Amino acid sequence: MEKVEKEPLWTAKNKKLLTNPLGMDNPITVQVLGICSALAVTVKMKPAIVMAISVTVVVALSNLIIALMRKSIPGRIRIIVQLVVIATLVIMVDQFLKAFAFDVSKQLSVFVGLIITNCIIMGRLEAFAMANKPWPSFLDGIGNGAGYGLILIIVSFFREFLGSGSIMGYPVMEKLGVYKFGYEDNGMMILPPMALITVGLIIWVQRARNKSLIENK
Amino acid sequence: MENLLNIFVKSIFIDNMIFAYFLGMCSYLAVSKTVKTSMGLGIAVTFVLVITVPVNFLLEQYILKKGALAWLNESFATLDLSFLSFIMFIAVIASIVQLVEMVIEKSSPALYNSLGIFLPLIAVNCAILGASLFMQEREYENIAEATVFGLGSGIGWWLAIVALAAIREKMRYSNVPAPLRGLGITFILTGLMGIAFMSFLGITL
Repeated sequence: MEKVEKEPLWTAKNKKLLTNPLGMDNPITVQVLGICSALAVTVKMKPAIVMAISVTVVVALSNLIIALMRKSIPGRIRIIVQLVVIATLVIMVDQFLKAFAFDVSKQLSVFVGLIITNCIIMGRLEAFAMANKPWPSFLDGIGNGAGYGLILIIVSFFREFLGSGSIMGYPVMEKLGVYKFGYEDNGMMILPPMALITVGLIIWVQRARNKSLIENK
Repeated sequence: MENLLNIFVKSIFIDNMIFAYFLGMCSYLAVSKTVKTSMGLGIAVTFVLVITVPVNFLLEQYILKKGALAWLNESFATLDLSFLSFIMFIAVIASIVQLVEMVIEKSSPALYNSLGIFLPLIAVNCAILGASLFMQEREYENIAEATVFGLGSGIGWWLAIVALAAIREKMRYSNVPAPLRGLGITFILTGLMGIAFMSFLGITL
């Protein structure tokens, strides 16, 4: 039996687990995980937010479940065990979205299913949940999901604002009346390549402010 | 035949896995430092796609789709198992990757040595699952179409990663602003390559 240590729920270390992924240890811009789905769903803010919430839920719960089972999973088949846990959670999320947010689920199309192979989830399971207790693992999942969501929301804000002239579907540019002065939406921002360039610029800004993240050649 | 050719060209250039859907980005960014290794990964991805997409197509047609189980028993005609498709697809992919790894190891040690390290990575590559999900969503009609789609997507991915690796090898000699070094410039590069690839948009055969 393991010795049970009494530990307060909100130690400084646990708080760090929540806040670190938002900046210094961001899953997308620093750990380079989960880019696959991050870029494709950022044309509009609403699907991006739904996606962020879905990923956070799956990451947090799968971290929690794997951390609970971590001592009974044989090393050789751990990948398949993890995949089954993740796939089950993703099916639940997918069915939930189909039932309560059908439009958004149609817009996200295959990308809900692709949460299964989202590298953030496998990455956090391997790097954190397999070696830590359930509660820190759960916090780590929430933190990384939020860090992922933060980038998603920033990227989708710029793409929707500059590309379609609206925020959360509300036509800001039209209400301001700038079209009368010859302003036109930048159709380029809606195209897939601009998502990559926007993330590239975010990385640039973050690393310029935080010199310790700069890579050596 | 024309239809197959159309799917083939479309999946390589227009619906390119990387530039249009960003699938498989994680390994795309991590492994594209040299042309040689990215060649290996590209071949492995193509190989696995050509096998998994048709297998998943059969699974979808004869087990998962609504009414697909009617061949077994008339009373199953209303059964819809499509909610199980995620878990079935990923299980098929993971086991096929394992199988492919074992077959290659036994039959061709030389190929195994060059592909070996990449194969386990592929099980969790979004491009593989993505191709199966797109196959399901686009409702390809027969197994030939599904196979050609798998092959085309694989070749498109391969093309993209080798091209990026070649550019990154050359970039070592250029003076990139310090904060953009590594990850940042790779993102912007991929974006620019994506814009170039958009010129294929609207091509139909």
